[in-house]
Amino acid sequence: MRRATRRRLWRLSAGAVLGAILLYLTIPSLVVIMAAFNDKAILSFPPQNPSLRWFVKAYNYDDFRKGFYNGLLVTGWASAIALAVGTTFAYAIDRFSFRGKATLETILLSPLVIPHFTVGLAFLILAAQLNVTRTFSLVVVTHVVLVLPFVLRCVYVSLKNIDTALERAAVSLGAPPLAVLLRIDLPLLAPGLAGGWLFAAILSFNEFTASLFVTGQRTQTLPVAMYTYIREYADPSLAAISAVFIVATAMILVLADRFLGLKRLLAIEAGR
Amino acid sequence: MRVQRSPFFYWFVLPSATLAIVFAAAMIALLQYSLRQHIPGSLVVGGFTLDNFARMAKWVYARVFVDTLLLSFYTALLNLLLGYPLAYALIRSRSAWLKGVIFIATIAPLFTGDIVRTYSWIIVLGNNGFVNVVLKELGIITTSLQMLYTPFGVVVALVQYSMPVMVIILAAAISHIDVDYEKAAASLGANPLKVFVNVTLPLSLPGILSGFITIFAWTLSAFATPQLVGGGKVNMIANMVYNVGFSNFDFPFAAVLSLTALGLTMGLLTLLRLSVRRFEHVGLH
Repeated sequence: MRRATRRRLWRLSAGAVLGAILLYLTIPSLVVIMAAFNDKAILSFPPQNPSLRWFVKAYNYDDFRKGFYNGLLVTGWASAIALAVGTTFAYAIDRFSFRGKATLETILLSPLVIPHFTVGLAFLILAAQLNVTRTFSLVVVTHVVLVLPFVLRCVYVSLKNIDTALERAAVSLGAPPLAVLLRIDLPLLAPGLAGGWLFAAILSFNEFTASLFVTGQRTQTLPVAMYTYIREYADPSLAAISAVFIVATAMILVLADRFLGLKRLLAIEAGR
Repeated sequence: MRVQRSPFFYWFVLPSATLAIVFAAAMIALLQYSLRQHIPGSLVVGGFTLDNFARMAKWVYARVFVDTLLLSFYTALLNLLLGYPLAYALIRSRSAWLKGVIFIATIAPLFTGDIVRTYSWIIVLGNNGFVNVVLKELGIITTSLQMLYTPFGVVVALVQYSMPVMVIILAAAISHIDVDYEKAAASLGANPLKVFVNVTLPLSLPGILSGFITIFAWTLSAFATPQLVGGGKVNMIANMVYNVGFSNFDFPFAAVLSLTALGLTMGLLTLLRLSVRRFEHVGLH
């Protein structure tokens, strides 16, 4: 009996600790969503007079619109290029041995540990030396370098899971190499490619620090436009955009988890 | 080394080789700039010099490095304390519902972007923000607590910022612990607390170490959080680089600061690799 009460007490306190930590993690998102629907510019709790005026204001603000379209442009190119480069390189790592392979791998994985502002500054200086400052291609290249390691990892993991017996079977039945690649490997890799592309797209669209260094007035992406706005104004238009971001991200993650197995992609449940 | 004769060999290596060359060129450009003389009021750089590195010794600059190291240390420590229970529950809880909640609450912020996450903390910690408004309405305080633009506020935001990474690392480590060890200890009479302290915790030590050092290194390069939550009052290395570059247009010195930060990060990660290797020998496997 006493053991049972102690157990219950233990569970209760463990639950309280977990609850408090989860509250700390989620409170910023909840507060932002609340602020976004609040009519007044100054916060009040509990919220009064629900309104959509900040959403309207944010939607009509030119810099946000331009930033959004610039962001789509940059993300579209960067994620596509990163997917192409990452997939081919993952295949090369897995299937070929060649001189300089380890060096190439080290260079391309290093953005995982190099601070983003260092990468941003490096590309800004390179562009200055080549006289191509503040063009879209500069932003795209910077983003490709930053998101490539994530694509590489996703594709590499699913490449490792391909049963090579399937390829050998196709070859023994007379399939030319290109057909093996396109009709055996590509379909088997599809989930890994989708996951890698999704990671790249989300990370690129949200990338801020390096973007602040390499974008200019004409090429600024949405996070940079939002940053500039925070520094100049204090109204909740930004809360409205943030609310949209939070809801959209949560939806994408739930979908990705359902269709791609997010935990496996993040390697949390390795070896299960 | 055997050279592959695959018909696609070059198609598979050329794209990545090209990108690696462009990236290497950028890093070399950075290195080169760090050795150039800054000409005030001009973006053109002068001849080669080591003066930029000598300036690092000045306390105004060195101090920011010390502050950054301290803030990163606190952030990593708090992350560990708060992240471990989450990671443990994420792997070991029997409730799929709880697992789902923890997973979404910890992982989702990783994908919402720096600005959204930082801005949220401004609304929470500001003088008219959530915490102050709630405390005032409850009658606990009468004047606003100053949390924005303080090291405390920056750490609170930074811990939440890096929590997803900590939880991912710890969860991976805990998921690799064989439950049989814990069951064996329990069947031999150890109470749950003893099982945790004597079995689970030591076996997750590589994850703890790896999580701590990773977050420490990661926080060293934080930019958006100290920039907005710190508001110029709390400066970390990245903020200094940005100011030196974009306010003074002293790109050679900004390059020096960036390279120093990079060196620090690399040093920490080397330490991580060495220590994790040591602990792996201690493990039961």
